[in-house]
Amino acid sequence: MIRHISKPHPVTGVTNSKLGIWCFLASEIMLFGGLFSAYVLLRMSAEVWPEGSTILNVPLATLNTLVLIVSSVTMVMAWASLQLKSLPRYRLFMGATILLGAAFLLIKGFEYGHKFEHHHFPATSTFYAIYFTLTGLHGLHVLAGILVNLYFLGPGARLWRRDPEQFAGRIEAAGLYWHFVDLVWIFLFPVLYLL
Amino acid sequence: MLTPEEVKRHTAVYIRVFAVLAILTMLTVGVSYLRLPVVIAIVVALAIATLKASLVASFFMHLAHEKKVIFWVLGLAFFLFLALLFVIAHLRA
Repeated sequence: MIRHISKPHPVTGVTNSKLGIWCFLASEIMLFGGLFSAYVLLRMSAEVWPEGSTILNVPLATLNTLVLIVSSVTMVMAWASLQLKSLPRYRLFMGATILLGAAFLLIKGFEYGHKFEHHHFPATSTFYAIYFTLTGLHGLHVLAGILVNLYFLGPGARLWRRDPEQFAGRIEAAGLYWHFVDLVWIFLFPVLYLL
Repeated sequence: MLTPEEVKRHTAVYIRVFAVLAILTMLTVGVSYLRLPVVIAIVVALAIATLKASLVASFFMHLAHEKKVIFWVLGLAFFLFLALLFVIAHLRA
């Protein structure tokens, strides 16, 4: 039994669930940070490096950036709806967040398909290797977020009747993860597509 | 749990933050078409990305009103990330 999940821990001042999700996000910073360092090192060591905008689809990636930002807004609105004690309103915003996440993956999949059609694979060049590694890992994170959010839209929402405060805490934690995934994309987009 | 008035205030902030994020996204794409010298382009793109990231972290992730312990966790991860980045870059140079 984990204690202090709904009420803040007297020592830290935050719930254990919040401290837990932030520790996890700190490990995610190291995961993506390590790969980002690898990108910097590869680019500095390369004799030639293609400009992202000449081989990648900037308009589609710009659209995807906006899709993820809107999904971050709907996610935080889902949490705010629970503060208003409205489960239907929560379901609406959570559903929208899931659909936007799926739209992101769909657009990303379209981009990947286009690359594969032109025989551009991770093995094609160092640029494509790090491009597919970074965007692929990020895409997996979006997929994981969608699955977690689907759970909280469906069976996970039963907790709301029993313990609204704990449920709101879970949605806040799921939101922190979702915003982090958005935050990673905010850096990946200019670095891979625009520079 | 927040009061309805607080939620209303929060929501107004979220909408404004969204507007700024959308504008900054268009700005960073617009700047990329200017074909600036590569060092300046990197500085501008990373500055805009950092600004966008700090808006997401401060308001959507509520870091603007977070307890100290969270910043210790984040600070440690951020320090180790920078160490990783600069030590590797230094070793290569």
